[in-house]
Amino acid sequence: MPINYNLPVFEVIRDPSRCIKCRVCERQCANEVHSYDEENKIMLSDEAKCVDCQRCVTLCPTHALKIRENENRFRRNANWHEATIREIYKQADTAAVLLSSMGNPEPLPVYWDKILLNASQVTNPSIDPLREPMETKVFLGKKSTEIKRDSNGRLITDMDPQLELALPVMFSAMSYGSISYNAHECLARAAAELGTFYNTGEGGLHSDFYKYGPNTIVQVASGRFGVYKAYLEAGAAVEIKMGQGAKPGIGGHLPGAKITDAVSRTRMIPQGTDAISPAPHHDIYSIEDLRQLVCSLKEATGYKKPVIVKVAAVHNIAAIASGVARSGADIIAIDGFRGGTGAAPTRTRDNVGIPIELALASVDARLRDEGIRNNVSLVVGGSIRSSSDIVKAIALGADACYIATSALMALGCHLCRNCQSGRCNWGIATQEPDLVKRLNPDIGYRRLVNLMTAWDHEIKELMGGMGINSVEALKGNRLMLRGVGLNEKELSVLGIKHAGD
Amino acid sequence: MKRIFINKQWCLGCHLCEFNCAFANSGKTSMVTALKDKQVRPRVRVEEHGKDTFAFSCRHCKDPICIKSCISGALHKDNGIVRIDYDKCVGCCTCITVCPYGAIARGDDGVMRKCELCVDNMDGTPYCVSNCPNGAIVFEERD
Amino acid sequence: MNKEGQVRIPSGCAISGIFAKDGRNISGEVISNSMTVMHDRSNGLGGGFAGYGIYPQYKELYAFHIFYDSARAREECEKYLEGKFEIANMSKIPVRPSDAIKDAPLIWRYFVLPNHNTLADSLLDEKEYVARAVIEINTKLQGSYVFSSGKNMGVFKAVGFPEDVGAFYRLEEYEGYSWTAHGRYPTNTPGWWGGAHPFALLEYSIVHNGEISSYDANRRFIEMFGYKCTLLTDTEVITYIIDYLVRKCNLTLEETAKVIAAPFWSTISKKSEEEKRHLTYLRTNFSSLLVTGPFSILLGFEGGMMALNDRLKLRSMVAAEKGKMFYVASEECAIRQMEPSLDKIWSPMGGQPVIVKLDNLDNKED
Repeated sequence: MPINYNLPVFEVIRDPSRCIKCRVCERQCANEVHSYDEENKIMLSDEAKCVDCQRCVTLCPTHALKIRENENRFRRNANWHEATIREIYKQADTAAVLLSSMGNPEPLPVYWDKILLNASQVTNPSIDPLREPMETKVFLGKKSTEIKRDSNGRLITDMDPQLELALPVMFSAMSYGSISYNAHECLARAAAELGTFYNTGEGGLHSDFYKYGPNTIVQVASGRFGVYKAYLEAGAAVEIKMGQGAKPGIGGHLPGAKITDAVSRTRMIPQGTDAISPAPHHDIYSIEDLRQLVCSLKEATGYKKPVIVKVAAVHNIAAIASGVARSGADIIAIDGFRGGTGAAPTRTRDNVGIPIELALASVDARLRDEGIRNNVSLVVGGSIRSSSDIVKAIALGADACYIATSALMALGCHLCRNCQSGRCNWGIATQEPDLVKRLNPDIGYRRLVNLMTAWDHEIKELMGGMGINSVEALKGNRLMLRGVGLNEKELSVLGIKHAGD
Repeated sequence: MKRIFINKQWCLGCHLCEFNCAFANSGKTSMVTALKDKQVRPRVRVEEHGKDTFAFSCRHCKDPICIKSCISGALHKDNGIVRIDYDKCVGCCTCITVCPYGAIARGDDGVMRKCELCVDNMDGTPYCVSNCPNGAIVFEERD
Repeated sequence: MNKEGQVRIPSGCAISGIFAKDGRNISGEVISNSMTVMHDRSNGLGGGFAGYGIYPQYKELYAFHIFYDSARAREECEKYLEGKFEIANMSKIPVRPSDAIKDAPLIWRYFVLPNHNTLADSLLDEKEYVARAVIEINTKLQGSYVFSSGKNMGVFKAVGFPEDVGAFYRLEEYEGYSWTAHGRYPTNTPGWWGGAHPFALLEYSIVHNGEISSYDANRRFIEMFGYKCTLLTDTEVITYIIDYLVRKCNLTLEETAKVIAAPFWSTISKKSEEEKRHLTYLRTNFSSLLVTGPFSILLGFEGGMMALNDRLKLRSMVAAEKGKMFYVASEECAIRQMEPSLDKIWSPMGGQPVIVKLDNLDNKED
């Protein structure tokens, strides 16, 4: 046995009393973990290839399969964790940067879970959303309180361009290339049915999806893939991607293997070449440069579409957001350090950036202190996991939330965090036709609509419980929040009181 | 009349339909007891040609040649569904030879078996349809 | 125990209002009496009144009513006032001591005009200058609290039942064309007079019954525009919202009502194209000033009064007319107490403002 033998991370547990040897697991595993031994008539497993995506477990008709973490352990050490040791062996073997995908899985604080919501009791009534109107419609864009009237004294009702959302959630940027055609179709159709928006990510817009333009946010990132006039005009808004929560400060790298014919046409790069997004935009080295790009994009789209600037939540996010708010941008999207990715260096994903809860609280407070909160809408993302996370985010000061990981989970993602392999067994993070077809958009888009419909109901229930019947009255309403188990500094950054106070 | 159709585009070739069909027609309440270490005789078959796969079962033809050829009168139409009267079937296999789709097969008891749209099984929805993981098999009215 | 301003204290309430469109003088006793029949809606922890047209002899001057915790606070505040204003008249507000009203602070009244030079140097318009001075005293000068600051109007409030507060301030000695009243049922002991209502800034005064669920959303928004919510009460934030929308943004009262009690989107979608645009414009641009949760408010202002319920009408409010007189109250009994035989009585719809104004503002001023 060579010294670089790495023990499999997972064990495949097959219950022989249940297995009927239908071989569905074998057919469904793109990693070729399962196989059938014709001679001995037994199912075999090559566990080293298993990524715990749960596809076989889900499809096994007799529920004969379980995947669990390998119980074999290196000698326990509170300093040298199992994963750390494995990573060292791997790098000693390959000399390579470690790659990961999806969001930061480390046990860092999740502030959403330490914030509790209020409800009405006695002194004012809670409101039943089944009996009374309950409004979750949101307009994103610059608001003006400067009143202008015509010569007859009538209000002049011209507004800066706005995005109208039927519910305060949008699907955040995931490029075609990093995810499949079918995944994009699911997102586009769901956004259209729900009255919200999905985001092309930096990979351009497939020609089939221009028809969903009114529900599409087109992204302009540092690689400028697929960006041209018709693309900008196709969307309802243009998003400049300055950073991503999963990998602040670095660019992207989509390997040539994923640049299929259709991806190459959409991205406008040769088939099979790596698609490399530079770390910075090379025409934006400072805030005044950003302003020029914002203005150029507005000029290119006739000042009819809001421009979003997406930034990763980093240490001085409040100052950055203040600068962005003065750059002419209509919407600031902030992506927290738990945000997902199709591939990122592990060290960056797990160690760079700050929690979205704290970033949001400090940005909202800073923009209000400076009196410019109305100049921009705030959209936050980076692991928004449920309707209560959304309600808490809005009460902290967000206008709306971006979700992506939870949307992918509705499509089948089981968070195995191996998007970078390109062999997604759920047909999401892959370009292989056999795998892509596993995601039937008729099913996928319906599940997305279901998820959002359920969340919208829950948002309404929670708002009603607080006696609030419109989401505007929840925005920045921090008295509706209390912290549990947070220290003074955390409470002061979040701008909330402790429970019981 | 609602019939089973295949959206070939979405067929993954997983063969789950076959096992679910065999289970549905087994009369058992558990797939394990129904199929474990048994010869599986589904009434739907996944045809494979390289990477092209599609599931396939009785078309319930408007003018079924199997009924015309049945020497014992076991095959008959019931509300548009082609069904077999097992008591009448003599196991001559004529229907197998005439069916252009290969949708009829012999059961363990020598009597013919074919898809009867699960009318007597489960909740009345063909079990292959309700258990297809990718919506490739549908049960619907088409012209 | 924390006092008002250190902690948010929700409260239930009674409100009442009377308005003479022909500008005739109404004694403060009338409004005070109307509150007696709604005694049970208050719990003795706050009552107050606002009267308009009560200082005709000083109608061009800002009438500041100030609570002081101590003589030292008064000294400090008067020094501040002297630096910014010409003080035409200053005196204690006459009161009638009674067992029902305890722990009274020092209560003073000043008729002032901004000092011409400091006003010019400030580059502010006169009202903004006065408003900022009031906010500065209330937030920065310990122990001083300006609770009334309009021209030809005054607020009278205390910890106690409203009818006792009326007697304490000798309201029968004042006459005006418009009065509002408030009885408070707070869920905590404020122990501080500034926390009683009405709440007023310049000539706007608010009495409010309800507990708004949008409070912090509204507060954090309005504080962007130079206001500082020190009392943490609904009434305070609603007053600032109205001051901001009407005085600073120049919205009409009707437009203001469409912001704070905005029609539902489903209602807006059924309107004509022009109205749809108009309502969408107001609701979108001023979205953070939508007030949700139960409220019934009476806004007093120079020459008029507006009554408004939240859009679901989660608080009772009745309005009535008799000739040129307009009445409004939490309960019909309070109106009947003022005028038993009415021409018309109705329950205004949620979100629909009832606005009354003097028939002829010029005549009133003559």
